[in-house]
Amino acid sequence: MSPLARIVATPQGIVFLVAVLFALVLGFLNPAFFTPSTLLDLARNGLVTGIFALSVMLVLASGGIDVSHTAIGAFAMYATMKIVLGIDMDLPIIAYFAVAAIIGAGLGLINGVLIGGLGLNTLIVTLGTLSFFRGALLTFLGTTYITSVPREVIDFSRTILIRIENGVGQMVSLPASFLVLVAITIALSIVMNFTMFGRKVYAIGGSEEAAQRIGIRIKRVKVLIYVIAGAIAGLAGMTHVTLSRMANPFDLVGMELNVIAAVVLGGARITGGHGTVLGTLLGVFVITMINTTLLMAGVPSYWQKFVIGCLIILGTGLPIVFDRLAKYRRRMARPLNA
Amino acid sequence: MNDEASGSTPILQMQDIRKAYGSVRVLEDVSLELGAGEVRCLAGENGSGKSTLIKVLSGVVRADAGQVRLHGRRLSSDPMAAIAAGLSVIYQDFSLFPNLSVWENIGFLRSVTCEDVFHRRGARRRLAVDTLRRMQVDIDPDTPVEMLPVASKQLVAIARALANQARIIVMDEPTTALTRSEVAHLLDIVETLKKDGVSFLFVSHKIEEVFAVCDTVTVLRDGSVVMEGPIGAFDAGRLVEAMTGRSVDSQRLPREQSPPQPPFLEVSGLGRRGEFVDVNLALRPGEIVSVVGLLGSGRTELAQTLFGYMKPDAGRIEIDGKPVAFGDQTSAIAHGIAYVPEDRLTEGLFLSQSIADNITVSSLGKSTSFGILGAAALLQRARAAVQNLRIKTPDVTPAVATLSGGNQQRVVLARWMEHDPKLLILNGPTVGVDVGSKRDIHELLVSLSRSGTSVMVVTDDIPEAIALSDRILVMVRGRITASFDAAAVDEDTLYNEVIREDRT
Ligand SMILES: Nc1ncnc2c1ncn2[C@@H]1O[C@H](COP(=O)(O)OP(=O)(O)OP(=O)(O)O)[C@@H](O)[C@H]1O
Ligand SMILES: [Mg+2]
Repeated sequence: MSPLARIVATPQGIVFLVAVLFALVLGFLNPAFFTPSTLLDLARNGLVTGIFALSVMLVLASGGIDVSHTAIGAFAMYATMKIVLGIDMDLPIIAYFAVAAIIGAGLGLINGVLIGGLGLNTLIVTLGTLSFFRGALLTFLGTTYITSVPREVIDFSRTILIRIENGVGQMVSLPASFLVLVAITIALSIVMNFTMFGRKVYAIGGSEEAAQRIGIRIKRVKVLIYVIAGAIAGLAGMTHVTLSRMANPFDLVGMELNVIAAVVLGGARITGGHGTVLGTLLGVFVITMINTTLLMAGVPSYWQKFVIGCLIILGTGLPIVFDRLAKYRRRMARPLNA
Repeated sequence: MNDEASGSTPILQMQDIRKAYGSVRVLEDVSLELGAGEVRCLAGENGSGKSTLIKVLSGVVRADAGQVRLHGRRLSSDPMAAIAAGLSVIYQDFSLFPNLSVWENIGFLRSVTCEDVFHRRGARRRLAVDTLRRMQVDIDPDTPVEMLPVASKQLVAIARALANQARIIVMDEPTTALTRSEVAHLLDIVETLKKDGVSFLFVSHKIEEVFAVCDTVTVLRDGSVVMEGPIGAFDAGRLVEAMTGRSVDSQRLPREQSPPQPPFLEVSGLGRRGEFVDVNLALRPGEIVSVVGLLGSGRTELAQTLFGYMKPDAGRIEIDGKPVAFGDQTSAIAHGIAYVPEDRLTEGLFLSQSIADNITVSSLGKSTSFGILGAAALLQRARAAVQNLRIKTPDVTPAVATLSGGNQQRVVLARWMEHDPKLLILNGPTVGVDVGSKRDIHELLVSLSRSGTSVMVVTDDIPEAIALSDRILVMVRGRITASFDAAAVDEDTLYNEVIREDRT
């Protein structure tokens, strides 16, 4: 097989191809679609989903599932704004992100202690904390929009990496907060592939019992997984503020299924042990493209759900089909008398 | 064999280990010592507590009483501490990471003991490749373990233990899936490491291996040490008697010749590209036929094809003289065929479900009246099966995961026997089963066959084929190359036929 064919023959390759085909059809219907500005649009629209998705990928790779990430993001975002406005000091923008990450890590620690320390079921725990964090946010921190965000945030959100004009003369831009995604992508790639912590995550996802037997400190690793996932979710929340230039405590929660769908499309398995950073970004890209293009084409939003559902079934079913096909080919390649 | 070990101070001492699960006492005051360069066999029937003792040693299971000392120092119950003190274990269920590559599995233990922060790909991969080469096995180090057949998984598990420069290596039935030559390589490696002072605790139900490699023996029965001493003080009969409390014959089972009957299943010119070719075979009621061949000879694929698990490319299958084409297992089952798979852990059992459910799951129809399941009838059937196959358990309600390895194997057998099949195909039916029970299972199969069931056994255990079958077919590279009357063939003839590779 040629290298190209081999890439296409992976499940992610197929998902990607289907999505591209889909885009071609839409591009045919709407020529404005094939402009560089569309790519920028996609990058911007998929930014927060992408950051969340990386946090969820880490958890899925370890054999768990985290639905509380959006609540952590919303809590961290709103709490950070409250704190900064409260102490009323000029802080560099990086400090905002640091505070959000620390708050996210703290909430992640709660997940980590319940899951790693007490050994509770991950879905049950994070369903619980999803509603706990959100409830705590709305009850104790407030329900009002914060629209008067500090000027550092405004400045940052006005910092533009690229700006181009689209077909109808509007300016489309890529904000600097895209760098947050880039930084997390690089950092997480290094962690997953080049540190023992990352390998232990995959090991635990593959077989928890085997991991315990070769001396991996499962509890510690798990706590750390949820702390890191929480920190990333916090960064996603802060990124969201810089995009919308206000902090709405009702935002973010509700997109968790979309995020998990992107991660699964990207090759992570609910059963654990699989998932890559690049695959996850591909999944996010595909989901964002479908959502964006359907929106542009004026297709009702329930169609988006339908199309994404089809893609998930394709993306999870195809590995099995490919596996069979590969086995069949290998057998046929052998000589007749075995 | 080698007595240099007995004089020196032991490097491992286990003292008065006691362990109970609920009211079931699994280990009672077990003590055991191991000197430098000593290979000690831990022998015992299925469920006698061998694996549990090993898990206590490796810190995976905490003992209720007693202590483990390594190099004179007391070891806390923690896998990390045991590994750091130089202990490597090959677990009965392998304990590998299915999602990771072969080399990463082999190198992982070393990375954990070295407390690496970074993933040292180059070094770990080299370690794995070297270890595999030392074992003279040819496995692609980059394949994910989940893609490997059982035998290769077992080799990877062995490689992982060997790669770690351990001072004590514990092997819990390391050879169940291996061929003779692979076993021979393994035993060679054990001999070499032994000269460097590495000690071994070796569990196996294959008596020849025990005598080939061990210096000393500890025999467990029902969780207590019943006998202990240098291997020279034992012979095969005495060892088996110590384990089982009775003497067990290893001769061919006596049986009456059943009158020739028309075949239940007949196969002609059956072939599947790349796996087997031109297979002709007739399975008759009242006859046990063994198909003996090396791993990769196509024996498993042939058996699976007869069970409708795969489709043949050529040839025909007839049942009771009528041609059939199985779409899948369900239609094979409907024709009265049952298949006991070789890899019970992944193909056979629901480990977290109860023994009763596992036994009755695929024959629920039998206890159904007017579409309603009779729970009491199911339980009764499960209890009868447990008794019949002497499965060691207090009741039929505990999960299968709590059974010992050999007893799990019996649950798989029990399930398929519940079908009252017309043809029972068994792939490695006594893998991991102790000698005494192996005999019991053989007797059971002979009586099943005399009562009119066709039995086909796929195996690489030559003594088993001779003890059990009426007719033995040899499979080499996808072809049936020879057929023997089991009563008239000896082990060497058969073995030479099996390893004959270059006949086309
Ligand atoms: N987690 C558990 N809960 C309850 N009982 C258990 C558990 N683990 C093991 N046992 C019981 O302990 C006994 C000893 O099991 P063990 O696995 O040590 O046997 P074994 O000697 O290794 O047998 P085999 O040769 O079949 O592997 C068995 O009767 C088994 O049912
Ligand atoms: Mg055992």
